[in-house]
Parts: sequence; structure tokens; C-alpha cells
Amino acid sequence: MRVAPAVALVALAGAAVVLVPPPAAAGGDPEAEGERLYLEGCSSCHGEDGGGAEDDAGNLRGPPVADSGEAAAFYYLSTGRMPLANSEEQPRRKDPAYDEEQIAALVAYVASLGDGPTLPEVDVAAADLVRGGELFRENCQACHSASGSGGALSYGRAAPPLAPARPDETAAAIRVGPGQMPVFGEEALSAAEVADVVRYVEYLDAPADPGGLPIGRLGPIPEGFVGWFLGVPLLLGATYWIGTRSPVRRRKGSL
Amino acid sequence: MLTRRLARFVDERLGTAGFARTALNKVFPDHWSFMIGELALYCFVILLLTGTYLTFFFDPSQNEVVYQGSYAPLQGVEMTAAYASALDLSFDVRAGLVMRQIHHWAALLFLAAIVVHLARVFFTGGFRRPRELNWVIGVTLLVLAIFNGFAGYSLLDDQLSGTGLRIAYSITLSIPLAGTWLASLLFGGEFPGPDIISRLYVIHILLIPAAIVVLLTAHLAIVVRQKHTQFDGPGREEDNVVGERLWPTYALKAVGLFFLTGSVLSFLGGVFQINPVWIYGPFDPAEVSAASQPDWYMGWLDGAARIMPNWEIRAFGFEVPNPFFPAVLLAGVTFGLLYAWPFLEARVTGDDAPHHILDRPRQRPVRTALGVATLGFYGVCFLAGAADVISVTFGLSVNAVLWSFRILLFALPPLASWATYKLCQELCRRDGVPTREPVKFRQILPRLRHGAAPPPAAPATPAD
Repeated sequence: MRVAPAVALVALAGAAVVLVPPPAAAGGDPEAEGERLYLEGCSSCHGEDGGGAEDDAGNLRGPPVADSGEAAAFYYLSTGRMPLANSEEQPRRKDPAYDEEQIAALVAYVASLGDGPTLPEVDVAAADLVRGGELFRENCQACHSASGSGGALSYGRAAPPLAPARPDETAAAIRVGPGQMPVFGEEALSAAEVADVVRYVEYLDAPADPGGLPIGRLGPIPEGFVGWFLGVPLLLGATYWIGTRSPVRRRKGSL
Repeated sequence: MLTRRLARFVDERLGTAGFARTALNKVFPDHWSFMIGELALYCFVILLLTGTYLTFFFDPSQNEVVYQGSYAPLQGVEMTAAYASALDLSFDVRAGLVMRQIHHWAALLFLAAIVVHLARVFFTGGFRRPRELNWVIGVTLLVLAIFNGFAGYSLLDDQLSGTGLRIAYSITLSIPLAGTWLASLLFGGEFPGPDIISRLYVIHILLIPAAIVVLLTAHLAIVVRQKHTQFDGPGREEDNVVGERLWPTYALKAVGLFFLTGSVLSFLGGVFQINPVWIYGPFDPAEVSAASQPDWYMGWLDGAARIMPNWEIRAFGFEVPNPFFPAVLLAGVTFGLLYAWPFLEARVTGDDAPHHILDRPRQRPVRTALGVATLGFYGVCFLAGAADVISVTFGLSVNAVLWSFRILLFALPPLASWATYKLCQELCRRDGVPTREPVKFRQILPRLRHGAAPPPAAPATPAD
């Protein structure tokens, strides 16, 4: 229950930030703007120099980000996973808290703090869909499922569905390995292969899909539910309808 | 006119008129629920028809080929001929996909219809003497249908079906003493083995369907021979059958129900995508997808394996691996009890007399309660098989979901059976009819609706 006032305080502080427009950055310098936004929105958990921060009890409030690089900063900010109200929770996708210019400024500032992965360039149109599919099935489907609809991990964690992810976000996530996801560096997947995977992930948003309604793309479980809760009632309804009709009267002289 | 001449022609040569007259005049009792078994029969007919079409194009071979069909995301990928021909069926064969989908939906509903039919026979006591034999045949048909469904979806050699086969291989291995030998025998060596698809194909399209046809014929012949059971009612006795004749009433109803079954299955096959194997990709033993589940009729076994604690024991120097308990022992006990039920019930109740009048479920509170508890048990097992899908869909922890199912598995059946038992008694009281439980189970105190004692009843209900 001691959490509640703290959360309220953070919320109030957040409201104050929103209500009082920050003074425009001097001369619109992106790097200065990035530093200002970082100190304002990130440093309380990730430290003023990006080295992480601890609370009074010595627990880590946020991990060091100095070597997170462009890719991580972009992934977390663009998908709205950061900033995070409660650092105990698994970050989930939500509307980004910053606009695109602010994100660019923050990404540039975080990249300047240390030596991290750069934002991968992906040319989805030129990528190889078939190779992407093979790499996806080798590396991604175990958690995100073959259809990209996401899957359960242990203790409440989950691999998110991939449909909402934009190509640059997917590419950044592959390089960064957010949460429990493994990091796929240059040795594991080349830049071209990352683009291939991204193309297949984009393809899964709307696959060439004959056969009717996809009913969730979660395999036999929804199929079983449709069978039992649509098919069986229809069949039993048909049986009841036929089984309770009045009998056909026999004509005289027929068999 | 033509039919008349044709009938005379056949009769003069084969003497069939007498048989036909008897058969067409056969009386069937009236109750819509007696036609549920027919649903299973018609699903099976649709399975045979669509399945025959599929065999024209399916190639049950594990030879490696390079896919060159029209599904772009897999062009140039190495795969087995089995999977490639499944893709061809889905994309390049005229009406191939809709046939595949109708076939698959028909399989799901074939099993569902069998289970509903079995429940109807169970809850109304239709299995009692002299129909124990037909109950045994019916349970065998259920087992065969489950095996054939599994064999069918394992044929396509996509990632999902390969995962299922891998689990089936492990379950076979887990049988003490015989497991390794059985697994090698079935798969032709270590998993995945070079022969499994072609063997499953023969099993799926020939052996089990032939066995089903034979047993189905026996099942129906015994119904004709023993006459169908009927519910109690005016003029209905143990030694008569009150209903309508086969011709024209039931013949026309049967044809109508066949076409309705066909339309429901075609509707499902045309509107709802089922088993999109092109998304799953070719099987590779090193890969697996999240949310890999079997079809529903195997789902309860998958669920049992998921919620089973990680116990393993050594007995007499042999390791008894964990999958043995949920997958082999539970399945064995399940079908063992199903087979034995008519004999067990007769033994426990001491009622070994022939019965042609069915019970209403409320009049047999103990049996009905046990049946509901059993359905609850397997329902929980099935839902546990969907644990990961449930946790993702509702944002829950998969561990918490599994623990909830462990508790529910043992809490739900007693609760459900207690509620059912009370409900049955209450319904009987409301109707003012005695339960027909044998004396040792009878606990009902007769009472009128306003609470007074009823007038002295006729002598105790005659033993049935």
C-alpha cells in the first residue's frame, strides 16, 4: 500500500510536466533537447550518466543504458514501452509518450553516452521473403508462434504479438533483444537477413490466406471451440428440427 | 413404374421382397436424441467422400523435394513430398482446399458427435443388458476414430503435425519395458524415422477406416436385431416399440439429416480456415512453434501432460518416465472404465435384468452425477491443454493458470456431481416421481409441493 502514494506522486509529477510546457530548447539544438528530455524523463531510473540507478534500499530501479545504443532507445521509445510507470512490470506496447522529433533527439543523446548497436537499416521491399520465412521459423516462432500471434513465457511474461510492430521496430528488437528475447547480433543474423525476417513478419500481418476466417491464428484450440460451440449446436439443432417433425403420412397402397 | 419393374426383376431373381418389406416396415421409436448417432455416421460418410478426393492428390512420401508451387513464401524451400502435396492441395488443386477443410471439420465433428451420442446412451442407461456388447463396440469405434484423427493430421508433415508426432513418439517411449521396441516398430527407427508417413497413410486411409466400417455395420445390425430402446410413455412397454416405420418416415428423415450434416460441414469448411499448414512451414525436428496443440479429441491428453507434476519413479530397476502417467495410464484408465461401465454398474446396483425402456437422467441421480463429474474432469483436462493460449489471451501467468487447473481438476468434479445429484433429486420431487435408483441408493422422502406427505403410494416401484 506504500506504493500507492508513490505512484500518485509520479502521476502528479507527470501531470505537472504535461501541464507546464517546457521552455523551448535554446536554438532547437537536438542534442541539447535530447539531454534535457533524458534528464527529465529517464534519469530517475537509468541514472544521469546512463549508468543505472538504485533506490534507497539498494535495488536497481533501472538498468544502465549507456551502451544500449540507438537501436534500444528507438525500440523502447517508439513502441511506448518506455517510460514505464512501474519498473517491476514487463514493459508492454502502448502509445509513445514522445513525438517523433523528441524520440529522435533522445535516441541521438542515448547513442552519444556509450557504444551500443546502431539502428539497423532495413529495405523491406528488397528483402527475400522465403529466406525470411525460414529464419523466422528457426529463430522466432518458438516464442512468437508460427503465425506471429505471440505466446506465453513463464511467470506472467509473454512474447508479444508481432502484428503491431513497424518494420524498423522489429529490426531494432532483433538487434537489441528486449526482455527475455535473445540478442541477434551481426554474427547470428546479417543485416540482409534481418531485413528478410522483417519482411516475413510484415507478410504475417496479412498472409496470402485462403480458406476463410482465420479464427485467431492460434491453431487447434479456437478450431475446437468453433467445432463445439458452433458446429455441434448446428448439428444438434438440425437433428432436433428433423427429429421433432410430424411423421409423413403413408399413402394407401404404397409400400 | 420403372422402379416397380426393377423391384420385381430383382425380387424374381434374388427373392428380396420379403426382406425389404420387413426392413422398410421396421418401427423406430420417436425421440430426436436417438438420431445423434446418425450424425456421427453422416460425418463419417462425408469423411470418406472428401478423403477419397484428397487421396487423388496427396503423396505420402518423405522424399525431399524443392517446392515449386504457387505459394510464394515457400518457393524453393526443401520439404517432404508429403508436405509439398499438402500445399498443392491447398493452392493448386481445384477445390482441394475446401475438400481439405471440410474433411478436417468433419473429423472434429465426427468425434464430437460420437461423444454426444455416447453421453446420450450413458445418461439414459441405454447400455444396460442386453446392449452391453453394442456399448463395447461403440467405445471401440471412439478409440479408432481418435487414432484415425491423429494419424490424419500427422500425415501432412507440417511443423505442427511433426510436433504432435514427436510427442506421440515420446509417449510411446515412456511405456515401461516395451516402449523403445514399440516406438522403433511404429516409426521404423529413431524419430522422425523414414517410414512413419507412409505407414500412417495406410493406417489412416485403409486399416482404421475398414475397421470402422466393419464395426459400424455390426453396431447398426445389433440395433436392428435388438430393437432400439425407447423412453417411458403412454403405451410404451418393455416388450414393444412405439414409433414410426422406417419407410417412409425415418428413411426421409435420415436422408434429410444427411444433407443437413453435409451443409453444416460445408459451411464450416468454406467459411472457417482450419489447419493453415502453409503458415506452419515444413517439419524440422529442431523447430517448434508456440501454441502447438493437438485437435480437441487429443487435447485432454495434452492438457493432462501439461498439468502433471514432474514425478518420475524407478520400479524394479526400470525408469517409469513422466509422460507415462498422464498419457498412457490416464488414457488406459479412461477407456478401461468406459469399456467396463455397463458391467460395473450392473455389479454395483445388482440390476442385471434386461432393459428396453430408458431412464430419464434425473431418475438415476448417482449415475448422472458420476457422468457429469467425468465430463467436468475431461473438460478441465482439455482447457489445461490450452493453458498457454489462455494466459496470452487474458494476460495471465501461465504458471498461475496451470496451478488453477491442477486445483480445478480435483475440485470441479466433486462439486459438479454434488450439484447434479441434488438437482436430480429436486427435479424428481418436483415431478412427483420416485428416482429409480435401486433401494440402497434411494434417499428421496416423498413430499408434495406444499410440503405435506403424499397419500400412501402404490407398493414400491417394481424392480426394473
